[in-house]
Amino acid sequence: MAKSPRASYLRLCMPKASPSLLPKTFRDWFAGRGWTPRAHQLDLLAKAKEGRSVLLVAPTGAGKTLAGFLPSLVELADRAGGKGKSKQKSQEKQGLHTLYISPLKALATDIARNLERPVAEMGLPIRIETRTGDTPSHKRARQIERPPDILLTTPEQLALLLAHPEAREFFQNLRRVVLDELHSLVTSKRGDLLSLGLARLMTLAPEAAAVGLSATVREPDELRRYLAGQLSANSLPLAGRDKGWGSESRSSAGHPANANAGTAPKSVERSPRRTPPTPGPSPQGGGEMPMADLVVAEGGAQPDIRMLELEERLPLAGHTASLSMPAIYELIRAHKTTLVFVNTRLQAEYTFQELWRLNDDGLAIALHHGSLDVAQRRRVEEAMAAGKLKAVVCTATLDLGIDWGDVDLVVNVGAPKGASRIMQRIGRSNHRMDEPSEAYLVPANRFEILECRAALDAVHEAAQDTPDARIGALDVLCQHILGMACAEPFRLEELYEEVRSAAPYAQLTWEDFEACVAFVATGGYALRAYERFAKIVRGQDGLWRVRDAKVAQQYRLNVGTIVESSMIKVRLGRSMRSRPGTVLPRGRILGEIEEYFAETLTPGDTFLFAGEVLRFEGIAEDEVLATRAGAGTDPMIPSYEGGKFPLSTFLAARVRAILADPFEWDRLPPQMTEWLLQQRRRSVVPGPRDLLVETFPRGNRFYMTCFPFEGRLAHQTLGMLLTRRLERARIKPLGFVANDYGIAVYASGDIAAKAARDAGFLDELFSEDMLGDDLEDWLAESALMKRTFRQCAVIAGLIERRFPGEKKTGRQVTISTDLVYDVLRKHEPDHVLLRAARADAATGLLDVRRLGMMLERIRGRIIHKPLDRVSPLSVSVMLEIGRERVYSDDADEILAEAEAALLDEALA
Amino acid sequence: MTALLKNKQTTYEIDLNGQAAILDLTGAMVLPAHDALLVADLHFEKGSSFARRGMMLPPYDTRETLVALSEAVFRFDPKTVIALGDSFHDIGGPDRLGTEERATLADVQKGRDWIWVTGNHDRILPESIGGEVVEEMALGGLTLRHEPSAGEQAEIAGHLHPVGKVVMRGRATRRRCFVTDGVRCVMPALGAYAGGLNACDAAFKPLFPKGFTAHLIGTERIFAIAKSMLCRD
Repeated sequence: MAKSPRASYLRLCMPKASPSLLPKTFRDWFAGRGWTPRAHQLDLLAKAKEGRSVLLVAPTGAGKTLAGFLPSLVELADRAGGKGKSKQKSQEKQGLHTLYISPLKALATDIARNLERPVAEMGLPIRIETRTGDTPSHKRARQIERPPDILLTTPEQLALLLAHPEAREFFQNLRRVVLDELHSLVTSKRGDLLSLGLARLMTLAPEAAAVGLSATVREPDELRRYLAGQLSANSLPLAGRDKGWGSESRSSAGHPANANAGTAPKSVERSPRRTPPTPGPSPQGGGEMPMADLVVAEGGAQPDIRMLELEERLPLAGHTASLSMPAIYELIRAHKTTLVFVNTRLQAEYTFQELWRLNDDGLAIALHHGSLDVAQRRRVEEAMAAGKLKAVVCTATLDLGIDWGDVDLVVNVGAPKGASRIMQRIGRSNHRMDEPSEAYLVPANRFEILECRAALDAVHEAAQDTPDARIGALDVLCQHILGMACAEPFRLEELYEEVRSAAPYAQLTWEDFEACVAFVATGGYALRAYERFAKIVRGQDGLWRVRDAKVAQQYRLNVGTIVESSMIKVRLGRSMRSRPGTVLPRGRILGEIEEYFAETLTPGDTFLFAGEVLRFEGIAEDEVLATRAGAGTDPMIPSYEGGKFPLSTFLAARVRAILADPFEWDRLPPQMTEWLLQQRRRSVVPGPRDLLVETFPRGNRFYMTCFPFEGRLAHQTLGMLLTRRLERARIKPLGFVANDYGIAVYASGDIAAKAARDAGFLDELFSEDMLGDDLEDWLAESALMKRTFRQCAVIAGLIERRFPGEKKTGRQVTISTDLVYDVLRKHEPDHVLLRAARADAATGLLDVRRLGMMLERIRGRIIHKPLDRVSPLSVSVMLEIGRERVYSDDADEILAEAEAALLDEALA
Repeated sequence: MTALLKNKQTTYEIDLNGQAAILDLTGAMVLPAHDALLVADLHFEKGSSFARRGMMLPPYDTRETLVALSEAVFRFDPKTVIALGDSFHDIGGPDRLGTEERATLADVQKGRDWIWVTGNHDRILPESIGGEVVEEMALGGLTLRHEPSAGEQAEIAGHLHPVGKVVMRGRATRRRCFVTDGVRCVMPALGAYAGGLNACDAAFKPLFPKGFTAHLIGTERIFAIAKSMLCRD
C-alpha cells in the first residue's frame, strides 16, 4: 500500500482510486456540500467492491466513519435502485446488510444520527436502527422479524444476537461488518468476545467482509489479522508467539483425532467434513496469517505540542501539578475551547477545583469523569457539543471518539504514560486535518518531566506503543461456548475450527478448548460430581445442546466481559443543627465510588468528589452518606482505582535512556539537569539496562530503594515479593511504597550490612525465582488475585453477576468467590478458571509479566550503592511514604493492631 | 491430623455464663466441663445444591469442611460433638453426600455421642446420617440451638454466620468470628462455602444490647476485637 502524500487531505487532490467508483447521487452529494471524496474513502470503497476485508487506519477527524459506511451505502443504494418498485418487499427478504459495532452505546447512537443525514439528503431508502441495552423489547423483537438495512450495536448485543435461535436466518445475508474504534476494543476481553462473534458471523454469512476503523497503532498487522478469518493451524506454519498457554502444546494443538479420550468431554466425533481450508492468497504479502487489506490515511499537519515549563521548581513527587494551574488557566483563557486531560479521577477533581479557585473571569469550566452521575455527564457533553463550554477537565472517559465540537487546545496534566495514548488525546484538538493540533504536556513532578520529554520525542517521530495483540482469554471462550449452544446445537470440532479462525484464539489447543466445553457443561472438575446437572449435553447425534430454556436465560443475564467493581452511590446528607452528629440522607446523589474504596473510609475522613471536599459520615443502607466539609478543609486524598495507567514499556525504556545519557540532559529543563547532576555527585545515575539499588539508614530504620521504571502495578507486586524474601532473610521488613518509577522498602534490619557480609545477597534477592514459590504463596492470599479470579468466574458464568442497582441481599445468600478461590486452589490448582485468572494477573492488576521481563533484564546488572543518607533520586519515592496506602494482605498484622487498640482502651 | 505450626496459637479461652469455653482456630468451640465440642453451620453439600441450579461450584466444599471438622475433633477428642444446625445446605444434602465424604464423617463420629441440632436448612435429617437429632438442647445452664432467640438468655447459637471487618490505616480484612457478651455466643459458620454476615448488621443488635466482643479468627491465632473497632461492609 503506497502511502498517499499528505496533500491528499487537500480537497482538490486526486485520490488513487477514481471518484467514478461513486454513483452519481453520491458524487452530487459530495459536490453539493463542497466536498471531494478523500483518497482513503475511495480506496476503501474500491477494496470493498472487490469483496475484501479492510482495515482503515486514520487519525481523528479524517472522515473515518463515513469512509467505513460508504461501501454499504453505495451497495444499498444499488440494491434498492435495481429493484424498481417492488423494492420494499424484496428488501425485507434481503435482510440485514451491514452491522456496525462500537465500544460505546453512546457512540452507536451518535453515528446513527450522523448517518441519517447523508442518507436523507441523498434520498436513499435505507433503514438504520440501533440496538443497545436501552432498546425496548418490542423493538428488539421487531428487529429480528424485520431487520433494518444497517444495525448499529455493541459487542455485548452482538453476542446476544448470535445466541438467538434465529441468528442463522437473521445474519445469512449480511454483507458487511464495520468495527469502530478497533484499536481500543482489541486490547481487552471485550475484544476477545467480539473476535469470537466475528468468527461466528463469518460462518453464518461467508460472503460478508469486515471493515475495521482504527486510530494509528504500532502493529496494524495485528488488527488486520483480527479482521480476517484465520485458517486452520494444521495447514499453516504458526507465527511465533512467546509465552502463553497455547505455545506449550503447540505440537499437539489441533487435531481432535489426536486428543486423548481421557479428558472430558469424553468422546470426540470425527467429522468427514474436515478438510483443511486452503490458504487463501495472502493480501499485501504480509506474513503467513491471513490479513485484511490496509488503507492508511496519512496524518495531517505535525501537531504543535510542547511541555509547559515553569520558573518554579517542580516537586519530587505528587501528581497534582498545583504549581502549573495558573498557567493552565491562562491557556484556557487564551483559547476557544480546551480539553484538559488527566489520568485519574482524583486528579480530575483536584484540577477542576483549583481552576475554579482561579476562575475570576467566571469561565465555563466543566468536569467529566466516569463516576459522576450519568445525567450530569450528559449535560456536560451536550454543552460541549453546543460550544457553550470554555474547558472540560476529563479523564479517559473522553478518550473515545464522540464528537466534541471545536476544540482548539488539548492540555494533558500529569505523566503521559504512553506515546499512542497521548497522540490520540492530542487528536481531539482541531478536527480539520490540515491545521496543526495544539497541545501542552504538563508534568506534575520531576520524574514526569522525563516522561514528558520521552513522549514529546515519540510524538515527533510518530512512534507508537499500543499494546501487543491479546491471547484470547479462556473465561471469555467459556461464555461464548454457552452462547453458541443457546443458538443451535453444535458439533465439537466445527466449533473448535470456528473459534480458532478468530485471531486471538488462533493458537488455542484442543485440550484447552475441551476444558472450556467441560467447564460449561459441568464445571469441568476432576471429581465428576455434577454430570446429572450438566448445562450442555451431547445428544446421540453427536451434537451438543443447551439443557433447557432456563440455562439460556442464565446466559442472557450474564453476557459480557465488563465486570464492574461494585459501585456505591454517594449521597449528600445534611447535618441537623439541633442534633449535632446526626446526618439526614436528604440531599442529592453526586455519583458513585468503588465500594472497596468506601470500605476503607472511616467517619470523619474527607475526600474530593464531584468537585467538592466531602466528609464521610457513614454508609446508610447501600449509599455513602457525606456532607460538605467546612471551607479550607484539606481533603484526605482518596486513591481511586479508576484510570491508573502504568507507564508503557516503550516510554519507560526511553526515560531510562534519557537518564543514562548526560548529553540528553541538555534537552531537559535546568531544574532537572541540576537534580541529576546532584544525583551523580552523591550516588550514581544508572545505565539504561541497570538497576540502581540504594541503601541508607534513616531514623531507626534501614531503607532500600530501587528504580525499575516498570509502572506502579509491577512495582507493587515486586514490593510484596521482596518483603517476603527479606522476611525470610531475617531482615525484618516493615513495609514498602511504590510509584511508577521505583519502590522503597523499609526494615528494622540493616540491608546494607547484610549485602556487605554476603556478596551475592542482592542478586539473590532480585533473582527471577521470586516468580516461583514466593509468587504462588502470595497469590494464595492476595486480595488483588481474588479480585481477578472473581472477574473470571463471572465472565465464565460460574457465578451470576450482581446487577447495579440490585439491592444487596446479604452476603450469606450469595456465594463469595473468595471462598470458591480458596477451595479450588487447594483441590485443582490447574483448573481452567485458575489458569484464566493467572493469565489475567500476568498482565493485569499484578503485572507479573512485566516484572518478569524486568528481572530478566537486570540479571547481573544490579548496582548497589550503600549511602549514609537518602540520595536525590530516592527522595522522590520516599515522599510516597504516608501518602500512598500500603497494600498488605496479612490479616493477622491488621488484626493485631486492632486488638492492641482494645488493650489500650482497657489500660487507659 | 495436620501438624501444628509451632508459633500457631490455636485456641483462646473465654468465660461464657460462668464456665470456661475454648474457642478454636477452626471455628469450633469446646466446653471442657462437659467434654463437648460445638460446631455451627457446616452447610455440607452447598456446592452440589448450587450445581442443581446451574452454578457449578467446585465440588470440594464438603471435603474442606470435613477437614476442618476432623481437625477440631481429633485435636480435642471430645466425648460429645454437637452441630448447631444447618449442617446440610438442604434437605437433599445427606443423599448427595459422596461415598468418601460419608466414610470420613462416620470416622469422625465413631466412639462419640453425636448430636445434630436441626436448622432452617436441614429441618429433617435421615437416620442414616448417624447420631441423635434434636431441635434444641440444654447444657450446663446454656441453651444450644440453631437460631439465636430473642431476649436475654444464656445460649450458644449459629445461623448468622458472623464475620468481623477491621480496617486499619486503609487496610481491611474480613474474618469469621465468635460474637459474645459473656452470656450469649453466636458461633461462626464452619462450612467452606458458608458466607458471612457482618457483626455490625442490625441482626446482632437485639441479641447484644450491651455490646459485644468479636473474636476474629486470624491466620495463626484468634484476636479479641472491640465492637468499636469493627466496620460495616
